[in-house]
Amino acid sequence: MLAKRLIPCLDVRDGKVVKGVQFRNHEIIGDIVPLAQRYAEAGADELVFYDITASSDGRVVDKSWVRRIAEVIDIPFCVAGGIKSVADAGKILEMGADKVSINSPALSNPQLIADLNATFGQQCVVIGIDSFFDVASGQYQVYQFTGDETRTQKTQWLTRDWVSEVQRLGAGEIVLNCMNQDGVRQGYDIAQLKTIRDLCKVPLIASGGAGTMQHFTEVFQQADVDGALAASVFHKGIIQISELKAKLIADGISIRP
Amino acid sequence: MAELVIVDTGCANISSVYFAVKRLGTEPVISREADVIKAASRVIVPGVGSAKAAMANLAERELIATLQSLTQPVLGICLGMQMLTAHSMEGDVACLGLIPGEVAPLNAAGLRLPHMGWNTLHSISSHPIMQGFTEQDYLYFVHSFAVVPSQYSLAQCHYGSDFAAVIGKDNVAGAQFHPERSGKVGARLLQNFLEWQL
Repeated sequence: MLAKRLIPCLDVRDGKVVKGVQFRNHEIIGDIVPLAQRYAEAGADELVFYDITASSDGRVVDKSWVRRIAEVIDIPFCVAGGIKSVADAGKILEMGADKVSINSPALSNPQLIADLNATFGQQCVVIGIDSFFDVASGQYQVYQFTGDETRTQKTQWLTRDWVSEVQRLGAGEIVLNCMNQDGVRQGYDIAQLKTIRDLCKVPLIASGGAGTMQHFTEVFQQADVDGALAASVFHKGIIQISELKAKLIADGISIRP
Repeated sequence: MAELVIVDTGCANISSVYFAVKRLGTEPVISREADVIKAASRVIVPGVGSAKAAMANLAERELIATLQSLTQPVLGICLGMQMLTAHSMEGDVACLGLIPGEVAPLNAAGLRLPHMGWNTLHSISSHPIMQGFTEQDYLYFVHSFAVVPSQYSLAQCHYGSDFAAVIGKDNVAGAQFHPERSGKVGARLLQNFLEWQL
């Protein structure tokens, strides 16, 4: 039976893993390769590396760390951040990444999704979506350039419409980052994820809000996501992956031991 | 003569296959030269993407006849495995025809596609490359098309329906999952392949 996936996310800046709260105040957590290796050995099912500076500041970002990760890691990993073209994606995949995740550039140029699909296949095209609940309108809206507070902006897309559009264009997987929950460890946004799950025919990964092991049980049982992504609870040692997997198995969730 | 050659199929997962085999202590050569591939003691055919594009790549590199003529152990991975069969419905394209079989859209019975993630095997044969595998092992899959089970299946996987997870005939074998991305269990398949005596 297909297992639900636990996916530590490592935010990368200048080759170091960092973590902020609600996308802000980034602190350095450690070097990228040993951290990646530690997570693979601890039982992570997949890793995501978000180069958080890349989308925002326009300079050419050194991605040689992708190759260094590929050399040592024997589980799948995805690279996100600053991939603006088919050529950018090709370089990342060539260095050994299994998937690329596109966020802001897909909003600026939706055709990129179709081009990536046609060139590399649906399986390696992940679309990251930063979704924020707007209290005034009562709607979930898509935000762009969230890696840089000064450039973060609301787009014209409602989250549910963008989820449908990216699937139409050929996305192979969607990572839904619920910004209101990010970094505050109060639990995944179950209500939003359930709504999106109904519209999402490709694998859906929950992101933002994991604080306790019970939060993972809830998101798998109540929102039926295919994977759960988390950062700070793993980086700070609040949750051990082995203990989390044991609990999820005890809760009857299909998990790779 | 190179011990192990990874065929440069022009697909994206060549680096990860290269590194995975290297972690086992061998020094593979990546090549698109017919002479180098023919002289290798073992050959890996990697592949991701679409069957039509990948077969077109092989044709453009004039490698189809070379791959069809190999007598040493050959391992296809993911799309590389699908290309070992006779035909793929993905783009309605003739494949290498090394193992009888057909690649068809995976009948996921309403489950999400692509079939992406870690899954288990069943109907595991005693073929040398399946040595040490059990139904409790998880392997990493990413695909929407699959090889229909047949007498050449060495292991099957279930996702909505059964499909061939590993196939083999004579000197040729293939795995639908990604051994290079399946942790220690995946490394076991690669190690079995390196030790496979015909």
